[in-house]
Amino acid sequence: MIQVQNLTRYYGRTPAIENVSFEVEKGEILGFLGPNAAGKTTTMRILTCYMPASSGSAKVAGFDVFNQSLDVRKRIGYLPEQPPLYTDMTVKGYLTFVAKIKGVDPRERKNRVNDVMEKTAIADRQNDVIRKLSKGYKQRVGLAQALVHNPDVLVLDEPTVGLDPNQIIEVRELIKSLAGNHTIILSTHILPEVEMTCQRVVIINRGRVVAQDTIANMTQQKRGLGRLMLQVDGPSAQVRDKLASVHGVKKVQAGGHDRYEIECEAGRDARRELAQAVVQNGWGLLELRAKDKDFTLEEVFLNLTTTENGGANA
Amino acid sequence: MRNFFAILERELKSYFFSPVAYVVLGFFLVITGLFYYNIVNWFDRMSMQSMMMAQQYRQAPQPINVNMMAIRPLFHNIAIIGLFLVPGITMRLFAEEKRQGTMELLATSPLSNWQITLGKFAAALVFYLVMLLTTGVFVGLLFVFGNPEVKPIFTGYLGLLLVGGCFISLGLLFSAFTENQIIAFVGAFAANLAILSLGWLANFVGPNLGAFFTNLSPIEHLDDFAKGIIDTKHLVYYFSFMFGAIFLTFVTVESSRWRGAR
Repeated sequence: MIQVQNLTRYYGRTPAIENVSFEVEKGEILGFLGPNAAGKTTTMRILTCYMPASSGSAKVAGFDVFNQSLDVRKRIGYLPEQPPLYTDMTVKGYLTFVAKIKGVDPRERKNRVNDVMEKTAIADRQNDVIRKLSKGYKQRVGLAQALVHNPDVLVLDEPTVGLDPNQIIEVRELIKSLAGNHTIILSTHILPEVEMTCQRVVIINRGRVVAQDTIANMTQQKRGLGRLMLQVDGPSAQVRDKLASVHGVKKVQAGGHDRYEIECEAGRDARRELAQAVVQNGWGLLELRAKDKDFTLEEVFLNLTTTENGGANA
Repeated sequence: MRNFFAILERELKSYFFSPVAYVVLGFFLVITGLFYYNIVNWFDRMSMQSMMMAQQYRQAPQPINVNMMAIRPLFHNIAIIGLFLVPGITMRLFAEEKRQGTMELLATSPLSNWQITLGKFAAALVFYLVMLLTTGVFVGLLFVFGNPEVKPIFTGYLGLLLVGGCFISLGLLFSAFTENQIIAFVGAFAANLAILSLGWLANFVGPNLGAFFTNLSPIEHLDDFAKGIIDTKHLVYYFSFMFGAIFLTFVTVESSRWRGAR
């Protein structure tokens, strides 16, 4: 549904994004992650035809964002970081205007507007002037605006900013319910949100894509490093040396109370060999468990974005 | 076309649902009213004088033309007031869209930049027309006490609309340059004044260059309209002025799509 190839965009001489490539399948929700100023908004603006790329190409629903911009714009709903609201209009008046310029059939306009107001739970304030609404309501009016023409592709730049926890859950559910019929790109800082809503993730840092995969694979890959927790009844120095000599073990750290933390080589499961080594020496194996749960998307994210930083500086 | 009307309608709503329209209209009427009062007062004295002269020399009084002596100066004044107030109408057209981020909505919607630009121009023109129509009260009053000709009044209003169109197109251009409404206002105002002063400059530069400068000023072209003459050379002037400024506006808006500037 969306193909992005080698997208590069310069502001003056500094690149905002460099050689960004990724694809989004139809009906998928893609999480677009990155620290501030990583190039998320720039990428989204290029995809929505707001600005051109310096080089590279992007296609939405088979149409080029630069050469077939009108076709792309018909099929895309966009919620920018700052919701584009005419604050002197009423909610309903505003959404009706957006429906008009997005080319919604005049006969369906009223239904569509009512429909999105229901979906985003703003119908109760439909006759209020937008200026008077709270931040949460404004954000949802912005979301309604992106949905009003029932677009194939939704591009949402931090859609849950400024919402209270209940509203965040509602919006999250709404976005989830939209997948399947709509292809969605979602940028956010809130990592648990990505874990809950997205199937796939692109992590971008300093204008480059540093990782892209399904969430399961991404956290799994990190699990491959394998951190294990052992409790062994035996002389600690000997135990440590023995454990360190086991094939596939990278590092052993004694943690006191006969506990040892072990880091395995990537992709290796050394639990069998470790148990054998302990038992062969006549020590007591009190505990052996994987410390997998520590590897969250947050750790992956921090790992990728900070090592990249270090690498670039070195 | 549907998009053009959507933009036009939204702009008109935002004029009339906000205080700006009424403040501008109010000021316009107060100032026009003051000028009107002065003109009629002066006209009154002139006709008194003419009556007294007639009595003195025992002749029939010289007929004084209401169109020439009251309505024409009034129209001229309205055009000058427009020069000051039109930038107030046009300053928000693009500048506010940029500031509040709604330009991002328009630019990512299936709209052409012509539709956006022309829609905004038309909305300001309609508002200006409403402004002009309110001065109908003043002209109407002259019909109660005098006997003016109708046709020059219509052509005069047409001329005023065209002058206003020029000011609006220029104001639109300056609004497209910036996201700061004050800069848009001052820029448009200065440009209007500069063009107007070309007409004054004409007095100092000799006959040939003088004619050239006179013809550049939108106000100078108004005079024939106020006399009841619709001359194609004036129409060509006004339409090319407006087209030029609107085209530059279009290019400015379009270029931000190419350059990606905010």
